[in-house]
Amino acid sequence: MGNAVLEVNELTTKYITRFGENIYAVDHVSLKVEEGKSLGIAGESGCGKSTLALSLMGYYFPPLYYTSGQIIIDGQNISGMDPDEVRKAILGKEIAYIPQSAMNALNPTQRIINFIEDVIEAHKPYATKKEIYDQAKSLFEVLGLPAEVLNKYPVELSGGMKQRTVIAISVILSPQILIADEPSSALDVTSQKMVIKMLRNLMDSGLIKSMIFITHELPLLYNVTDDIMVMYAGQIVEKAGAHEMVFTPIHPYSQGLMGSIMVPESGLRDKKLTAIPGVPPNLKNPPSGCRFAERCKYVMPECRVTSIPLRDAGGGRAYRCILPKEFLMEAYERERGER
Amino acid sequence: MNAGKKPCLSGRGVTKEFGFGRNKTVAVDGVDFDFYEGEIISIVGESGSGKTTLAKMLLGLINATEGDIFFQGKKRNIGSHRKKKEYWKSIQAIFQDPFSSYNTFNKIDSVLLDCIRMRGGGRLPREKKIELMTEACSFVNLKFEELTNKYPFELSGGQQQRLMIARIFLLKPQILLADEPTSMIDACSRTTILDTLMQLRDEIGMTPIFITHDIGLAYYVSDTVYIMERGKFVESGTADQVILNPKKPYTQRLINDVPKIYEEWDLSTV
Amino acid sequence: MKHTIRQVFRSGKFVVGFSIFMGILLIVTFYPLIIRDAPLKIIGQGTFFAPGIYVNVYDSMGSPHYTILLDDAAAKRIADKLDDDDRQAIKEWLVAAGISEDAIEIENTESLLDLWVNNFDPTTRIPGMTNADRNYYIRLNTALDGLLSTEGAIVASVNPETGALEEKGVIRQTDYVNVNQVPNVRVLPLGTDNFGRDVLTELVQATAVSLRIGIVAGLIATFIGLVLGLVSGYIGGLVDDVIMFITNLFIVIPSFVLLILISFSIGQEQRGAFTIAVVIGFTSWVWTARAVRSQVISLRNRDHVNLSKLSGHSIAHIIAFDILPYIASYVVMALILQISSGILAEAGLSILGLGPRTTDVPTLGLMMNWAMIYQAHILGKWWAYFPVIIVIALIAFSMNLMNTGLDQVFNPALRD
Ligand SMILES: Nc1ncnc2c1ncn2[C@@H]1O[C@H](COP(=O)(O)OP(=O)(O)OP(=O)(O)O)[C@@H](O)[C@H]1O
Ligand SMILES: Nc1ncnc2c1ncn2[C@@H]1O[C@H](COP(=O)(O)OP(=O)(O)OP(=O)(O)O)[C@@H](O)[C@H]1O
Ligand code: SF4
Ligand SMILES: [Mg+2]
Ligand SMILES: [Mg+2]
Repeated sequence: MGNAVLEVNELTTKYITRFGENIYAVDHVSLKVEEGKSLGIAGESGCGKSTLALSLMGYYFPPLYYTSGQIIIDGQNISGMDPDEVRKAILGKEIAYIPQSAMNALNPTQRIINFIEDVIEAHKPYATKKEIYDQAKSLFEVLGLPAEVLNKYPVELSGGMKQRTVIAISVILSPQILIADEPSSALDVTSQKMVIKMLRNLMDSGLIKSMIFITHELPLLYNVTDDIMVMYAGQIVEKAGAHEMVFTPIHPYSQGLMGSIMVPESGLRDKKLTAIPGVPPNLKNPPSGCRFAERCKYVMPECRVTSIPLRDAGGGRAYRCILPKEFLMEAYERERGER
Repeated sequence: MNAGKKPCLSGRGVTKEFGFGRNKTVAVDGVDFDFYEGEIISIVGESGSGKTTLAKMLLGLINATEGDIFFQGKKRNIGSHRKKKEYWKSIQAIFQDPFSSYNTFNKIDSVLLDCIRMRGGGRLPREKKIELMTEACSFVNLKFEELTNKYPFELSGGQQQRLMIARIFLLKPQILLADEPTSMIDACSRTTILDTLMQLRDEIGMTPIFITHDIGLAYYVSDTVYIMERGKFVESGTADQVILNPKKPYTQRLINDVPKIYEEWDLSTV
Repeated sequence: MKHTIRQVFRSGKFVVGFSIFMGILLIVTFYPLIIRDAPLKIIGQGTFFAPGIYVNVYDSMGSPHYTILLDDAAAKRIADKLDDDDRQAIKEWLVAAGISEDAIEIENTESLLDLWVNNFDPTTRIPGMTNADRNYYIRLNTALDGLLSTEGAIVASVNPETGALEEKGVIRQTDYVNVNQVPNVRVLPLGTDNFGRDVLTELVQATAVSLRIGIVAGLIATFIGLVLGLVSGYIGGLVDDVIMFITNLFIVIPSFVLLILISFSIGQEQRGAFTIAVVIGFTSWVWTARAVRSQVISLRNRDHVNLSKLSGHSIAHIIAFDILPYIASYVVMALILQISSGILAEAGLSILGLGPRTTDVPTLGLMMNWAMIYQAHILGKWWAYFPVIIVIALIAFSMNLMNTGLDQVFNPALRD
């Protein structure tokens, strides 16, 4: 077993809205990313994936607040650290983060090299422009990006190139771990593939030690990450290896997700994809029992009584449901057979 | 197969150029098309191939450099502001990037109220309006009570995108140009939302035009698929024809690049 | 919104700038409430009184006298009366009278006077001394005799009936008055100017007037620039061409030249402070217009504007609600810069003698102008111009600090 680059124990964070309500968008989440491994996170939109990413990095700026739990990055406990301190000491060097839709947020009036200068100068105030340029150029070469990009403006780049540039900028300080929030959702399949190749390349060449990848594109997750974690309403509902998760999901929600993957194959149009009716619970005051109960087809009265713990399912898997895994897996197989 | 159907949106030689001289980009290069009423259309292509630019021309948000656009069989005339307003009652859009689609200074309610007003419901009593908004939100798996009084940046990316789709349920346009409408929505809700959109189509005879990278989605929903490469339509036909038996190497490459789960995904091709 | 404001006040630069500016503003508001003098009132008969505390001599005779015995009082008094020229003259006489040069210490008043009292003899003839010189020395000796005497002075007044002098009292050398008991004491921290006006009071009002000129000019310039920039940027086409043509005209003719011409043609008597402010405002909107226009052009194709169009909003609505809020922070920064450059423009005009008419109110520029005309800088009367320069610099400095502070908050370089 490799040593853990990132370890999170029972992390809970909340948004305090303008009306003073607490929204627990990350609720007792534990996870561990080992050196050389990558973790994928999928889940309903609005279930707290982006918030989890921010929380992992100790990026607590209002309205996001830390509530409880531990975050250990590379042996250093950063929970409760001043966010400004975290920004200076951790971000970029230990953890790199690519926000959702980052490539559209690039300031259009700056050249790519200026962004890199900003990043490097924040950590090495005395670096000369020449040094920075050389460093950026060699990184771009390693990553297979043309060096001319450095002197271009964001608008001059195509979507795929822009996204790969954003990734390159974010790993310039060779962080331990890269968190990419939907880096591929706005890209065409070819660019997506290039981004994935680049991310794999980053891992293989040791530029980053591990990676967290957040996306809705399950086939992509399957191809990129070692493990997949499914979130629902602020909680982890299932953790498993990528292959197991995609082919033998246990939790009813993961089953729904995996059952609605659209792959362009001849059968697809006649297939009825799984659609789960209903709305996830309000994170302001979530139900005390299973959070998926409102939409679950196996729901029983017991489900709504107490909160459901994450159960170990063997083989490094865990799921949050009171039904036995055999029952759930069989039901899934049966349904798939029917369709 | 289109016998008896009327084209609701057609284009002849539609071209859009940006910039001059050395910086000139031809984003859309003389495309011809006939989108038939009630048909589900997908436009698929690499990024930068001009899909969004074409959509903006169809919406009348930018002017075509050359070529004509025909709306419901007649040459489109949206010269004045009043005519444009009338036009936008029948054609609506879902924009590509939800994070930049909202005015961050306005609350979510105002986005939806604008839609009600546009449909002539400006004078409805408040309860009725809330009822309409709640209904529209429920179509996209959102709860209006959770959204009311919030600002767009207080929602997740997917929630913003869903809200964009909720507008369509209030506006009920004849033509919908959906630019990557579900890129930030999970697979499961994606199916639900597409299904409800299809119901809306059946109810009001809307013509949805999907612009997407997601070839699986294009294949799943559409009747006709257009493949766009560098501003031109290189291939078009029924979904089965284009996606299962692509003729052009460009289309073949695109389909080959779709991430696979049942077979090995070959990363060496890019 | 609240959050942004909190962030703004976390920026060190902004806070420093803001505090300086607020300090100036507070002084400007509260000073006139305490010192109620008209700022342009001439109080001093004479020019350029040095900064200091002025005690009324007449009153000090009437107030209670206290005897305080201080050893060095006499020496100080004499030292004060003997200026450098006199000391030099004494030395020359003593040397000529045969005293060795080494024994004469010009700085040591006591020993110098000792030598003088012991050696001076008006009858001594010194070769080469003119009659005038001799008379000078005799006068000097009499004056020193008076000083050295320990007698007090008698104060007398004229009896209106008899016309005879009547003794009122004796002022002894050891008499003191308590300044607090003298009814008329005037502190002039910055002295008076060439007209004999209290510089501090004048400066405070000048600052207030200049700030008002800056604010009016800044508001006008920003308003014109904003409206033209918004319209030409958003509507584009012919409207844009026309507005840009006008803007370019204004750029070709530097606004300061235009300002001078307009100011000159209005004529001295018509130029009130407000007129000057308006003129400055109308000639300095150009760069705001251009900057706003380029911002608007980059905004008008954004999707949120497109969404607003698709929702059937009018052009006016879109400009007001979808464009303006996005450039509001930028406009605030432009306004701050316009205010500070308006103040500088007024100063520049007034120094050239083209500022507001001089009879109603002082402005920072007018104070500089007066100081220059009356050659305060040549005469070394620093208090007439130096504080003005400091105030102008402080205002410009604080506004620029605020601006950079705002800039850091509103346009952070790629956040992380
Ligand atoms: N306002 C503009 N000014 C200049 N060039 C533009 C502008 N808008 C688009 N382009 C260029 O036109 C081409 C087509 O862009 P468009 O946004 O239509 O592509 P797209 O197919 O929607 O791509 P994506 O999938 O990345 O959204 C690109 O090369 C782009 O750089
Ligand atoms: N600034 C905020 N203030 C209040 N609530 C917020 C804020 N930002 C997000 N939320 C809420 O927190 C929850 C989690 O949001 P988050 O952005 O983490 O979702 P997500 O899983 O990343 O979704 P997506 O896949 O759509 O990006 C959502 O319900 C959202 O409404
Ligand atoms: S606990 Fe009950 S409601 Fe929750 S997922 Fe399992 S069966 Fe469904
Ligand atoms: Mg997110
Ligand atoms: Mg696009």
